[in-house]
Amino acid sequence: MPTVSMNVNGQSISRDVEERTLLVQFLREHLKLTGTHVGCDTSQCGACVIHVDGVSVKSCTMLAIQAEGCEVKTIEGLANNNELHPMQQAFKDNHGLQCGFCTPGMVMSGIDIVNRNGSDVSEETVRKELEGNICRCTGYHNIVKAIQAGAKNMGVE
Amino acid sequence: MIENGIGASVRRKEDNRFLTGKGNYTDDVNVVGQTHAYFVRSPHAHAKINNIDTSEAISSEGVIAVFTGDDLAADGIGPLICGVNVTGDDGEPHKSPAHPALAQGKVNYVGDHVAVVIAETLDQAKDAAEKVEVDYGQLPAVTDTATAAESSQQQIHTEAPNNICYNWPFGDKDAVDKAFDAAHKTASLDLINNRMVTNPMEPRAAVGDYNAGTEEICLHLTTQNPHVHRLVLSAFNQLAPEHKLRVVGPDVGGGFGVKIFVYAEELVVGWACRKVNRPVKWTSDRTEAFMADAHGRDHVAFAEMAMDDQGKFLAMRVKTTANLGAYLSTFATMVPSYLYAFLLAGQYSTPLIYSEVKAVFTNTAPVDAARGAGRPEATYLLERLVDVCAEAMKLDPAEIRRRNFIPVEAFPYQTPVVQCYDSGDYPAALDKALSLADYDGFDARAEEAKSRGKRRGIGLSSYVEACGIAPSAAVGQLGAGVGLWESAQVRFNPTGNVQVFTGTHSHGQGHETTFAQLITEQLGVPLENIEIIHGDTAKTQFGMGTYGSRSLAVGGVAIAKACEKLIAKGKKIAAHALEAAEGDIEFAEGNFAVAGTDKSMNIAEVAFNAYVPHSYPEGLEPGFDENAFFDPLNFSFPAGTHVCEVEVDPETGEVEIVKYSAVDDFGRLINPMIVEGQVHGGIVHGVGQALLEGCQYDSDGQLITASYMDYAMPRADNVPSFDVDYAPTNPPDNPLGVKGCGEAGAIGAPPAVINAITNALGIKHIDMPATPENVWRAAQLAS
Repeated sequence: MPTVSMNVNGQSISRDVEERTLLVQFLREHLKLTGTHVGCDTSQCGACVIHVDGVSVKSCTMLAIQAEGCEVKTIEGLANNNELHPMQQAFKDNHGLQCGFCTPGMVMSGIDIVNRNGSDVSEETVRKELEGNICRCTGYHNIVKAIQAGAKNMGVE
Repeated sequence: MIENGIGASVRRKEDNRFLTGKGNYTDDVNVVGQTHAYFVRSPHAHAKINNIDTSEAISSEGVIAVFTGDDLAADGIGPLICGVNVTGDDGEPHKSPAHPALAQGKVNYVGDHVAVVIAETLDQAKDAAEKVEVDYGQLPAVTDTATAAESSQQQIHTEAPNNICYNWPFGDKDAVDKAFDAAHKTASLDLINNRMVTNPMEPRAAVGDYNAGTEEICLHLTTQNPHVHRLVLSAFNQLAPEHKLRVVGPDVGGGFGVKIFVYAEELVVGWACRKVNRPVKWTSDRTEAFMADAHGRDHVAFAEMAMDDQGKFLAMRVKTTANLGAYLSTFATMVPSYLYAFLLAGQYSTPLIYSEVKAVFTNTAPVDAARGAGRPEATYLLERLVDVCAEAMKLDPAEIRRRNFIPVEAFPYQTPVVQCYDSGDYPAALDKALSLADYDGFDARAEEAKSRGKRRGIGLSSYVEACGIAPSAAVGQLGAGVGLWESAQVRFNPTGNVQVFTGTHSHGQGHETTFAQLITEQLGVPLENIEIIHGDTAKTQFGMGTYGSRSLAVGGVAIAKACEKLIAKGKKIAAHALEAAEGDIEFAEGNFAVAGTDKSMNIAEVAFNAYVPHSYPEGLEPGFDENAFFDPLNFSFPAGTHVCEVEVDPETGEVEIVKYSAVDDFGRLINPMIVEGQVHGGIVHGVGQALLEGCQYDSDGQLITASYMDYAMPRADNVPSFDVDYAPTNPPDNPLGVKGCGEAGAIGAPPAVINAITNALGIKHIDMPATPENVWRAAQLAS
């Protein structure tokens, strides 16, 4: 069994894994970081979106061993102690979540959308860019509002 | 003034854990020593099982056990049940073929459960499942709803001749026929209510843990109703006695009905953890969810309306075939009967209604309640038919609705189909919705769109639904096996904070916030000092769970009743402490005061006295903890008008929803922010049905929409933002004045969207889903 090493939410970790272990399995089952969710088996739903080296990735599309040496950030690594990340706060303020299952992926995608499109990102852009994240509860209305509000508070140009 | 009480859009108490990855969903639950289950499922829609050879699988690496239906039967584990009787036109109960949790000699749909492999890891279980050799003898499959009962079709169950579960007529056929004969004009419509896969984002899961010392099974489940699961698994499946079975529904990632039911996997996991004496975990993958979650809708219907010369509805006649799938799921029988036909009056004063429902078995996944359950099917049929009536009478769709609305002064209104509506002001909601939608400005917008080669259409849907499920006596009379009251326990701790135990279950609805607001309003306790606890049979006294938009209308009232008991007891305690007569104590905003004096004590002090009763009323029990049950007097009847405006590109068939306006009557709103979120989500569920979603089996019974690549879920770029407003009335039967809001959007939206498309194209009808291909074809035919 190969050993994989990476930095997850600021901590260096190293584990033996089977080659076929997906990154999302590695996070959930080996590291018990269960905030990253699995909602499908075809890389469509986006519940497992995390950041790898600062870019959003569906963690079901990567093997754990492909993250060798990478900086991985999950939903658990966003808040600064008890202070929510501006995007997390925006989801709360705008009621951008209901059951919470798609939420970690939505928040991680939202941050990535803002990083790439800036603080004035339009509703149309947010909707197009969210195409890879499915939510059954909210009807997206408040998620889109939340991402636009989060964009304003993230301090991105 | 109470802060954060009723009417405040308080930010949700549950959000921080969900936003920081600290939710606790069933698949997040890990028990020391746990094993993993994987199910061997039928690849065929209909086949005899000649032989199952598990020998190679059992000797695979990491495998602990492989079980089949014979193992379950040998342990006396009963088949899955359906809990509601429907008596057919033969005077007999509906046909109820055996529904084994693991197949007994035959499989009846793709995904049917054949065997289960228990192994140390999930990958090992999956590897071994590949090695289970099943010798199938394939049989012809029945998949088409409309023709399933024809005599030429393959017989699926010997217990159900012609694949019929029941034929269920309702209403005065002769009177309706006479009204049609005498009518000025009639209108009719054939329509299909497309089959949907419910698709909460969290797949179903189960973790079973047997304690050989206490002989208790603890079963974590993705459930909307832990006590119902426990009751059914104990009383009907013989899994364990009720007091030795604990069911926990932790955080649940969406339900929409599909997590009400008791499934094969849940029973098998509960049984297997005792059998192997190790914890067993099972989590559905999405493909399994498509195959084996209960599906929704799937009706084929013919609807007719008889009218006078003013377009007044005189009588309605409906013939429906409803597909129940291969077996009866837990509440399957009631969906196309009581939850459907009893809503066919809609918002109209149609005096005569006759309905015939034929429920059929097919070689497809079981069909049961899904967001709205029966009410979306009734509303879609009626609201589409009303538009066809408007066209026949050359009346504006708004005008024909107005002419037929039940008048405000007629409430409470007894419909010809059992239900007695509590309250409503349908014209008010219609007027407000038309104004929100700028209905009067539509023609100009349509002209402008035309200049760009687009066709605009506007569609209305005036729906009514039955929530607050349900008066126990009423559902008992209809054949339900349970009562549908709700319970609550409101417990003060000695330090003055409050724990509330509710029998409802929150899987996205925000009960932890809304119910806390109720307590704040009633008892004056600050929101942060209140904890709402649900979803664990070891904590909550009992409960019927959450579905049918019942949690606030039934469960909320139970909480309010428990609070009233606390106030009554608190008055005795305060009177003693303040040396006043009990009758002189007044309670307001958390304080017990002696009327006309400045003497008072707050409720936290009263609670402390109750637990430290050093000086205490003689004969009064210590403690500050009250229990209440509430059985509603009637259903509640939310209603509203939704207006959808679309732009259709006739060249591509693409439909864009350019504006969507909803005006609903949910009675009193506790947290408007949460209510609005429920409306948004419901509308998109309905838009999904209207434009995108459609579960398809081919004629061999293969499920050809088994992933998110083949089954189109609504995504952010398929839908617009919404304009939502309210036209509330006060339901006299509900002590809190609330009605329920969780399903409204899914009920109101499909006909509003389709009415807008038919309006845009100038066509009579288009079936759902109105995909670009279907719309393009319709546009070509129309031109």
